[in-house]
Amino acid sequence: MKFGVLVFPGSNCDTDCHWAVSELGQEVDYIWHHQTDFNGYDCLILPGGFSYGDFLRSGAIARFSPVMKKVKQYAQTGGLIIGICNGFQILLEAGLLPGAMKRNDSLKFICRHVNLKTENNQTSFTNKFTHGQVVSIPIAHNEGSYFADEATLKVLKENNQIIFRYCSETGNTSEKYCPNGALENIAGICNKEGNVLGMMPHPERAMSDMLGSSDGRMVFESIIAASLQGRGKRDE
Amino acid sequence: MSDLLSIALELGLKEDEYSRIVKILGRQPTKTEIAMYSVMWSEHCAYKHSRKLLSKLPKSSPYVLQGPGENAGIINIGEDKAIALKMESHNHPSAVEPFQGAATGVGGIVRDIFTMGARPIASMNSLRFGNLSNPRQRYLIDGVVDGIAQYGNCIGVPTVGGEIYFEDAYAENCLVNAMCVGLLEGEKIIMSGAAGPGNLVILMGSKTGRDGIGGCSVLASEEFDETSANKRPSVQVGNPFMEKLLIEAVLELKGKDLLVALQDFGAAGITCSSCEMSSKGEAGMELDLDKVPQREPNMAAYEMMMSESQERMMAVVTPEKLEQFMEVCDKWEVPASVVGKVTDDGMVTIRHKGRLEAQLPSKSLTDDIPIYCPEAKEPPYIKEVQSFDPLSLKEPDDLNEALLSILGSPDVASKKWVYSQYDHMVQTNTLLLPGSDAAVVGIKGTNKAIAITTDCNGRHCYLDPYEGTKEAVAEAARNIVCCGGKPLAVTDCLNFGNPEKPHIFWQFSQSIEGMIEACKALDTPVVSGNVSFYNESFGEAIYPTPTIGMVGIIEDIKHITSIAFKEGDAIILLGETKAELGGSQYLKVIHNKISGKPPAVDLEKEKSLQEAVLAAIKQGLVSSAHDSSDGGLAIALAKCCIAGGVGAWISLEYNNLSFAQALFSESNSRVIISCKADNAQKIQALCENNKITCQNIGQATGQSLSINNTINLPLGKLRDVYEKSLEKQIVGGKS
Amino acid sequence: MAKAKVFVTLKEGILDPQGQTVENALKNLGYNNVSNLRIGKYITLDIEGDNTKKELEEMSHKLLANPIIEDYQIEIEG
Repeated sequence: MKFGVLVFPGSNCDTDCHWAVSELGQEVDYIWHHQTDFNGYDCLILPGGFSYGDFLRSGAIARFSPVMKKVKQYAQTGGLIIGICNGFQILLEAGLLPGAMKRNDSLKFICRHVNLKTENNQTSFTNKFTHGQVVSIPIAHNEGSYFADEATLKVLKENNQIIFRYCSETGNTSEKYCPNGALENIAGICNKEGNVLGMMPHPERAMSDMLGSSDGRMVFESIIAASLQGRGKRDE
Repeated sequence: MSDLLSIALELGLKEDEYSRIVKILGRQPTKTEIAMYSVMWSEHCAYKHSRKLLSKLPKSSPYVLQGPGENAGIINIGEDKAIALKMESHNHPSAVEPFQGAATGVGGIVRDIFTMGARPIASMNSLRFGNLSNPRQRYLIDGVVDGIAQYGNCIGVPTVGGEIYFEDAYAENCLVNAMCVGLLEGEKIIMSGAAGPGNLVILMGSKTGRDGIGGCSVLASEEFDETSANKRPSVQVGNPFMEKLLIEAVLELKGKDLLVALQDFGAAGITCSSCEMSSKGEAGMELDLDKVPQREPNMAAYEMMMSESQERMMAVVTPEKLEQFMEVCDKWEVPASVVGKVTDDGMVTIRHKGRLEAQLPSKSLTDDIPIYCPEAKEPPYIKEVQSFDPLSLKEPDDLNEALLSILGSPDVASKKWVYSQYDHMVQTNTLLLPGSDAAVVGIKGTNKAIAITTDCNGRHCYLDPYEGTKEAVAEAARNIVCCGGKPLAVTDCLNFGNPEKPHIFWQFSQSIEGMIEACKALDTPVVSGNVSFYNESFGEAIYPTPTIGMVGIIEDIKHITSIAFKEGDAIILLGETKAELGGSQYLKVIHNKISGKPPAVDLEKEKSLQEAVLAAIKQGLVSSAHDSSDGGLAIALAKCCIAGGVGAWISLEYNNLSFAQALFSESNSRVIISCKADNAQKIQALCENNKITCQNIGQATGQSLSINNTINLPLGKLRDVYEKSLEKQIVGGKS
Repeated sequence: MAKAKVFVTLKEGILDPQGQTVENALKNLGYNNVSNLRIGKYITLDIEGDNTKKELEEMSHKLLANPIIEDYQIEIEG
């Protein structure tokens, strides 16, 4: 299958995402933020980084990039999209996922491995996980405290849109295991249709034991499996 | 006194330096020209007090592709790849405005690396502050760490480690030394020498504003009234977003072979780059300042020439390639403007609003500079501190408490609070996380990795600058060896007080002597570096702090070795513990004393030790390795236990030492190794061959650290103290 | 009790990368008539006592603004 990694001015995990899916033997291209027309991709990755310097709000300027119109179309027609860290923030600003991101409650950037509980393993992004599986994937962000109003949260829950929660080694999702103050320890969500995922942790940084964990591979392997089953829609 | 002379003096030139300028030019200089000389002949740019001694440092080796003199040094690591490395100070700006000072320090050093055409792959920093009980020091460290984090994280270069120490001597002059390492693929290096008369000179990056020219206010006196003082901010503000775009643009320009030469704007912006590029290229340059993109209206010529606005670079491009060059800059949204051309007359010519503002021989600014050999005199404190006998102090009754106090002291305690604010994983090459002896960064597409470290024990350098500096080099190399690497090259950042004072210059010259010897003995040439003098306030200088940044090569990533003990392993101590408590953490923390003779370094022994350790690692005999330094053996053992999540049962023979000496002496040339029990004998044999003392001292087991049944501390307690102390002291102001 | 507003802005001449980037973004959206965009902070607070003006000055100088790079303006209502 073929991945497309979007590159905005200030993206800095684009090469890591490119490397991660190449490691899994997949084809992958970079898609420059000025591109308004592209096709032939089975999944788009919005990588982490500091698009437009994270100025004003993380993702606030990138959402107006020329490429985003096409990304929205791609989402509406069922294409698979994963936004990681800043990519998640851009998806929120663009309205492709509900909610918003606040600064970490410590007011500090946090870079470390965290434990995540898999809350929904029935998606195109998590089908290689077992339900409730605890995995270790690093976070690296300053604005990762997810927030949504009560009504939105209710909808997220009803539709099983909460995919990952921060937790303890044993899967306890009590507030004290939340690194950043995120609402109900939310680390990753998808849209109602299940074809767009946003997550703060970086699966591309957890591709081998030498990097501290290989749990991130499962995210990309899930996407590959989903694509092979014809989920998502190749954009021709 | 003439007006021009008084301006020259105000700008820091000496009277005879001014006469020298008049002699060189055969006429009176213009004000802009005085400004240019004042920065180019400043200590910062000209190294006029250090140049002579620095020239004696070993600089070459078959693998050194670029020694000192360019934006960064470069070493070959094989497989058509090379590593660029450089360290630089940003001490004074950080003391004024810690956040921006540190941020722009990172920005500057990262630019030095990609200016050579290397992709920055790792940053480090070596920091010094005063005592954390003082709220200003807590403000400084918080701001500096925040500045490094915001800048480094944004540009996507992992900050993989460094060191932080706290001494009263740094209270008024904090040190912020930033190091960056880059990877060059292929053979091409971008050089800075302007070549090819008729080629175009291009300014790329941010617009030029009045940043950092506060010091030139004397030149403004007739051009502005007093209310304009606030128009001349002395603080430079960094823009990491622009830097990230510059990195990508420059690397694309290099890939497409669109550059003749490139230079980063260091201090003194356009002045420095135009003079240095001309001089290195045996050429000249003509610049029209009207073409410089300006952030503010009505900037005077000298303001543009002196501006330290960040994220700017000067490129030389052939006219044929201009269009392609501009296309790349447009793609990355990096502003770029042609501001002049290369000439063959060896002169730097500056025009502004149709007026000739300066016309100077470029060599007179960079080579024909005044060189000073100040008097060096041993300061009286040296005899006093070196005659102090640490054994004259009563040993504490409770050595368990003593160990915990040292482990939790801010110098020794884990720096997790700091490095968890740095993105140390981006680029997915970080193979040993911060907290190890050295940082290890993998090189994708090969089996290799590089190990990077910075080291300097300022207390030891204060007590004996010669031995202390030898130690800094030896320890840096030892740290790299413990991670499985072979030390290759040094970049230095030499922080001292006022070199015009004989006592300070003595410290400096002793330190350089030590560095020369150690770098020669350990085969680690110095390929780049920086000197920062005048780190003193109210007549009190900082401790001499010659920070050593070192890079080594790990030939196969399977050699990567951490400090973590593994359950069941045998624990072996390589090297000898001597009665060397002088300048130790034990004296500082337990007895509140910074005195004594610091530990000596036997460089021959050190070399054999490092060879033995590396051989053992390469033969696959070693599970963990950790050098014993700050805090002594007891602290090193505690750290190995904490990292491995396992206790240790240790039995030390210490002959004619006291137990406290055995625990806390900071003797050099010692490494703690753990290994499978079957391998212990092979390691002992290796040591015998290398004439290294080797003792089997115990086993990694259980959940507490026990030493000779006297030290008995549960692992949980050790971890708690080690990991939480620093944050408590910075955030809470508690000790 | 009075309501006070403190506006913290970067000093004239100090580079504002955020303001610059946001200005460019607005231009990219077609607002070419925008220039000199700078971003600051707006702080509101309630304060009691007779010496509020002087105290607010102090607060602004000591904490709310960084006088090395920022200016501040205080407005007190009622």
